[in-house]
Amino acid sequence: MTILELDNVTVTYEGSDRPALANVSLRIEEGEWLLVSAPTGAGKSTLLGLCNGLVPHFTGGNMSGTVTVAGRSTEQCPPRNLADVVGWVGQDPASGFVTDAVEDELAFVMEELATPPATMRRRIEETLDLMGIAELRNRPLSTLSGGEAQRVAIASVLCASPKVLLLDEPTSALDPAGADDVLAALGRLVHDVGLTVIMSEHRLERVIHLVDRIALIDRGQVTASMPDEALAIAPHVPPVIELGRLAGWSPLPRSVRDARRVAAPLISRLADAATPPAGPPPHTNDSPRYPVRASRSPAASGHIAVTGISLAHGRRTVVERVSFEVGGGGGGEVLALMGRNGAGKTTILRAVAGLTTPSAGRLRIGNLDPAAIDGPTRIRSIGFVPQDPTLLLYSSTVAEECRAADRDGGLDAGTTASVLEELAADGTIDANRHPRDLSAGQQLQVALAVVLAPAPTALLLDEPTRGLDHGVKDRLASLLRHRATNHGVAILLATHDVEFAATVADRVVLLGHREVTAAGPAAEVLSQSTVFAPQVARILSPLPVLTVAAIRRTLGRIETNRS
Amino acid sequence: MDDQPVHPGAWWCWMLGLAAAAARTTNLIVLVLTALVVIVVATACRIHGPLGRSVILFTKIAIGVVIFRLVLQAIFGLRLGERVLFRLPALTLPEFMAGITVGGPVTLESMMAGLNQGVRLGVILICFGAVNSVSSPARLLRSLPGVLYEMGVASTIALTTAPQAVMSASQIAEARRLRGRPTRGAAGLRGIAIPVLEGALDRSIRLAAALDTRGYGRTRDDVAPNRQRTASVALIGGLIMLSIGVYGVFDTAAPVGLAIGGLTAGAVACGASVIVGHRTHRRTRHRPIRWDRRATLVAFSGAGALAASILTEAIEPGALDPSTFPLVAPTLPIIMAAGLALALAPLFVAPRFDDIEPDDARAAGLDIAESAATLSVSSGGDVR
Repeated sequence: MTILELDNVTVTYEGSDRPALANVSLRIEEGEWLLVSAPTGAGKSTLLGLCNGLVPHFTGGNMSGTVTVAGRSTEQCPPRNLADVVGWVGQDPASGFVTDAVEDELAFVMEELATPPATMRRRIEETLDLMGIAELRNRPLSTLSGGEAQRVAIASVLCASPKVLLLDEPTSALDPAGADDVLAALGRLVHDVGLTVIMSEHRLERVIHLVDRIALIDRGQVTASMPDEALAIAPHVPPVIELGRLAGWSPLPRSVRDARRVAAPLISRLADAATPPAGPPPHTNDSPRYPVRASRSPAASGHIAVTGISLAHGRRTVVERVSFEVGGGGGGEVLALMGRNGAGKTTILRAVAGLTTPSAGRLRIGNLDPAAIDGPTRIRSIGFVPQDPTLLLYSSTVAEECRAADRDGGLDAGTTASVLEELAADGTIDANRHPRDLSAGQQLQVALAVVLAPAPTALLLDEPTRGLDHGVKDRLASLLRHRATNHGVAILLATHDVEFAATVADRVVLLGHREVTAAGPAAEVLSQSTVFAPQVARILSPLPVLTVAAIRRTLGRIETNRS
Repeated sequence: MDDQPVHPGAWWCWMLGLAAAAARTTNLIVLVLTALVVIVVATACRIHGPLGRSVILFTKIAIGVVIFRLVLQAIFGLRLGERVLFRLPALTLPEFMAGITVGGPVTLESMMAGLNQGVRLGVILICFGAVNSVSSPARLLRSLPGVLYEMGVASTIALTTAPQAVMSASQIAEARRLRGRPTRGAAGLRGIAIPVLEGALDRSIRLAAALDTRGYGRTRDDVAPNRQRTASVALIGGLIMLSIGVYGVFDTAAPVGLAIGGLTAGAVACGASVIVGHRTHRRTRHRPIRWDRRATLVAFSGAGALAASILTEAIEPGALDPSTFPLVAPTLPIIMAAGLALALAPLFVAPRFDDIEPDDARAAGLDIAESAATLSVSSGGDVR
């Protein structure tokens, strides 16, 4: 039975000359799990918003065609009158909380729908268990971690027992274990309750083996197809597929489990090669299209030294006596700080940026105390991209923002704009738009450009891949590698994105229970971890290999040796 | 059942009883005891989150009020009594400014009178802080009748977003620092204010979208839309008439009819609005907080303090208002002491929340306190 139907829908936002989505016709069956995948800013949120009337009731713009959900047209029904059939969770779940405690938040939609109290109590209990948040029921919403907030947000719309669930990047803020929990819960809903789930997600590797169909958006055109067909035309595929193609496996495995079954010959072939391939590929010969001025920095070397720092949040100790170093010895380095939600990654980054003072220990960037660096000196010695990139953007257009960044850093006109161009595919970010009107991923790209342009010798990036599509991620990875290798920049990044960390990091520090639980070369730490291992490492375990690129090089070497 | 919170209405009765008892006395011993009772109960029964700390905040404000009152008394107070503590340089204002003498000798009697009045005001403030510590105002609003429901949700949101704005102000001050921009002076203030406002606007749009998708403001198909409008008009009219009535009560020169008429008409209109509105807003409540025996006890324990105060006044006239000229040491009337002891009753019936995640609740509270501090520092111009 068709639960949701889009019939020849075209949406054009005000002030835009081309439609965000054009002539979209899509039919979604009850109990289907649909993945929406597209480059940053291509219209994923628009497509999701269409399904419950947020577009155009809330966003404005012109819409033609019809959207029918469970027999109701969104033209007649505003989102509030669809609340009993469609549940929607936005990109930042915490911003949608309307009460102050978890249980009240879950009850809210049912109170609005006049659900009988007995049903309400039963559904709340069931939903708490289903999402694994029973222990959070009395917690104030303000004390939840990102992963907890996401699960509470999903639970709060599930309580209405909707037929369709719309999720905008539901796992982008979650650690790998938390993301798996959320996806497992969604799987239960699809299989046991017959819920229809439509979700957008950039990290295909997490969901590709779960979903029924994939909708790709390209220049306003939506194509929904079965995963195998979609993967054949998708611009980027998850590592497991890439590996399958490289190894010539047929049929192509979509999950790590399927791949492991056929991986034995490849594992032994790689193990035979004398030197197992190591983590990040050498990016030595990339020539940048933008001027880099590392030499102008007053903090001579890109070196971050963290010595025995303890940090507290109020009276709660977040980390205790944590030590690590990034860079040093003249060369640059990329260090990835990983750990579960709430492990203290952001807290450490903020302290290294000099925004908070540790209760014990010593921090040095180059030979300076980060808390004492200010003004123009700061932007050339510490670049920090916080989790919410909009905090860094103040101007009324992207172009103006870039010019302001040039002025702040005393850079040649156009430097920031050229870094942005390097990151974003040409022309995808309209320079005349207000930064706040951009998609979350595009805002992050602008913030990255603003911070990267003055070529700081130390870079601190908090979740630098949230909302970025694979293309941008690849360009960011090679840009960061280039900075580290050729310009001696010390890069510290906090991330949940294991595939990105596998691509870019030289070393990894894992945090857990207030302390460093593992530290060392990325290939070693990540391939030994059960939670943070990238797909390739899971498939080829116990080999310390992280990326398909590394395998390709090794195989190439084996071929050369043979001939 | 016992870990259910006590009905917010009961807490408000308790608080109003104690505040009224405080307002009726200038006896320093009674006032200080009242403050202690209120602080002890509020800290023991406080709820999670930043709101739970409001009794501490209000106690600090109360101390400030007392000090301010004493300074005012020293400068402008009447010079009664002869026990001179110290002398301030005297300044007689010119004739056209009423010829008051400012400064001069400061007497013990005058300062004691000031202290008593200052402490009285302080204790009333602490009472207000305490009631917010033990029951969130959102809860109170949520137990109001249906017609006030939307208002209740709006106030809840306002209460939760205000700290967020403070938080984002401090975040933006930080972010400007990251970009090497000034955070002080006019440029700094403008640079912070605009993104804070933009951020607040963004947040409210996202919040409105979330509210809408979750069915807030749904209409019932079977209710004529103007029924709801009738309810709103009746409510607003009723509130205006109530205000007129209250004015009539306090203005002794106003005719008695104004007070009685205003109050009656206002009550009728509000009542009608609640009844009409109830039928347009079909909603249900999840675990509505019931008025149980504990609630009655809490309410009566506060009312008991007020009753004790009235009884004391009848039996020992003047005991609650000891003379400061001539200066008399205050005594503790036994009935008043008993009444205040009774007001400790909530300690034994109200649930304690301390054992649930105290760390996080505290951390959240401190976060907001911290960002508020950062903000005040940054507007003072010294965030690096």
